[in-house]
Amino acid sequence: MRVLVNYLDALSMHGPRLWDGLLLTIQLTIISGLLAFVVSVVLGLMAGSRKWFVRIPARFIIEFFRGTSLLVQLMWLFYVLPLFGPSLGAMLVAVFALTLNYGAYGAEAVRASLTSVPQGQWEATVALSMSWPHKIRRVIFPQAWALMLPSLTNLWVHLLKGSSIVYIIGMSEFTFELLQLRRTTDWFFSLAVVGLIVYFLIALVLTQLMRLLEARAKHKLGMGPSLKEILSPVPKIDTTPTKDTSVSQPAGGVR
Amino acid sequence: MPTPTESYTAQPVIEFRDVEKRFGDKTVLKDLNFSVERGERVTLIGPSGSGKTTILRLAMTLEHLTDGYIFIGGEPLVYEERNGRRVPVSKRQQKDLRTRIGMVFQQFNLFPNMTVIENIIEAPIHVLGLSKQDARARAHDLLEKVGLPEKADAHPSELSGGQQQRVAIARALAMDPEILLLDEVTSALDPEVVVEVLKVLRDVAENTDVTMLIVTHEMSFARDVSHRVMMFDGGNVIETADPETIFTNPSHQRTKEFLSAVLRDT
Repeated sequence: MRVLVNYLDALSMHGPRLWDGLLLTIQLTIISGLLAFVVSVVLGLMAGSRKWFVRIPARFIIEFFRGTSLLVQLMWLFYVLPLFGPSLGAMLVAVFALTLNYGAYGAEAVRASLTSVPQGQWEATVALSMSWPHKIRRVIFPQAWALMLPSLTNLWVHLLKGSSIVYIIGMSEFTFELLQLRRTTDWFFSLAVVGLIVYFLIALVLTQLMRLLEARAKHKLGMGPSLKEILSPVPKIDTTPTKDTSVSQPAGGVR
Repeated sequence: MPTPTESYTAQPVIEFRDVEKRFGDKTVLKDLNFSVERGERVTLIGPSGSGKTTILRLAMTLEHLTDGYIFIGGEPLVYEERNGRRVPVSKRQQKDLRTRIGMVFQQFNLFPNMTVIENIIEAPIHVLGLSKQDARARAHDLLEKVGLPEKADAHPSELSGGQQQRVAIARALAMDPEILLLDEVTSALDPEVVVEVLKVLRDVAENTDVTMLIVTHEMSFARDVSHRVMMFDGGNVIETADPETIFTNPSHQRTKEFLSAVLRDT
C-alpha cells in the first residue's frame, strides 16, 4: 500500500511533464502521419508513372529516405544542416524527418496498391476517354485505397513508436519523460508498464480508426457491411449467402 | 463532284493499313489491311490466338501499334506519315478520335466503387461535359433499353454477370460512340444469360447506325447482325464475305474446318 502511495506521489509530481511528453508524442504522430500520407500518395503516384522523368526522381527520394536511418536523418537535419545554412527548429526537423521517412515507406504501399487495381479497370477508363487525373481520382484511387489501408495502418503505428527517437534532437516526448522519471525513482517495472500500456492504447485507437476506414472503403466497393452495421450495438446477421459474381482479373501493370 | 460532306462520309470509318503487331518476338498481326464503312457491322471470327481481340485493342489504343497505321474517319489514330516518316499523332488528336470509339469488354470492367447509374454518367459528365440532369436522363433511357431500369442505384456486385454486361453496354453507349467495339462480350457469361445480352445487342444493331466491330464465338449472333464476316487465321484475314456466304458456302478450306468445329458444339 505504501509503495503504491509513493508511486502515485511520484507520478503526480512528474504528471504534468509526462502529460506534456504524451501530448508531444500524439502531436508528432498525427501531424507527421497526415503529412506522410500526402507524401506517400504523391511519391507513390510518381513512382508508378510510365514517364522516366517523373518516376526516377520519386524512386530516388524513396530509396534515399527508406535506405538511411531516421536517427541519422535527424542528426543531419538538426546538427549538420545548420553548419551549411538554415537552422531549423527541433519540431520542424522532427516532423520533416518523420514525414519523409515514413512517407517513403508509404509510397511503396501506395504504388503497390495502385498496380493491384485490375488491368481491366484501367482499360475501361481508356475506353471512356477519361483523363489521367480524372481516372485516378474517381476510379483507380478509390479502389486502391481499400488495398493500401492495412499497410498504411502498420506504418502509422510504426511512426508512433518511431517518434520516440526525436529525443536525440532534444525533444521531450513521452518516452524521454518516462526515462527522466526513472532517474528520480526506482520503480523501473511500473514505469515500463506505464510505457507499454500508453503506447499500446494509442496504437489501439489508431488501428481501430483505420479499421473503420478500411471497412468503409470496402463497403463502397461492394464488399462487406456498412459502417452503420458495424457500429450498431446489435450485429445484424446476414443469412443470405452473397452470390459471388465477381470475375478474377489479372492485376494491372505500372501505369 | 462530291461535296466535302459526301467525300467525308465516303471515308471508311475504320481503316487498318499495313498493320503489324508484335508481342516481344511473337508476331500476332502482319501486313493487315481492312476497312469498315460507316454503319457497317463487321464480325471477326477465327481460332483463339489468331489476333482478333488484338485488333479491337489496337483500335481502342490499349495496345501499342508496332507498325502501320490506323485511321478513324480518315484521321490517323496512332501514327501518321509526315515528310515520309512515321511519327506519333498528337495526344490531343488521339484523345478526340478516341471519344468516337466505345468498347465493351469480356469481363465487363464496371467500376466497383460506383453504382450502376454512376458508372454510366461518369464519363458523359466529366469527358463530354454533359450536365448532370442530361446525363442521368440519358442513363435512365439506356437502362430502359438494356432492360434494367430498376437497377439504377444497385451496386455492380449485386448484379449477375449478364446484368453487369448489359450495364457495361449502356455505359459504352452513353458516350454516344460512332464505333462500338465488342470484345467477346458473352464469353465470361453463363449460357443462360448469354441470350439476354445478345438480345440487347441485336436491339442496338437494329435501332442505331453505330458501326460495330465484333469479336465473338456466337456464330448465330454473328450471322444475324453482321453485314460482313472476316475469317482470321495466323494474324491475317483469310476470307471476307457476307454472313450468308461464309456460313453456308465458305471458299477457304481453313474457314470450313473452323466453322465445322465450332458449329458442331452448338
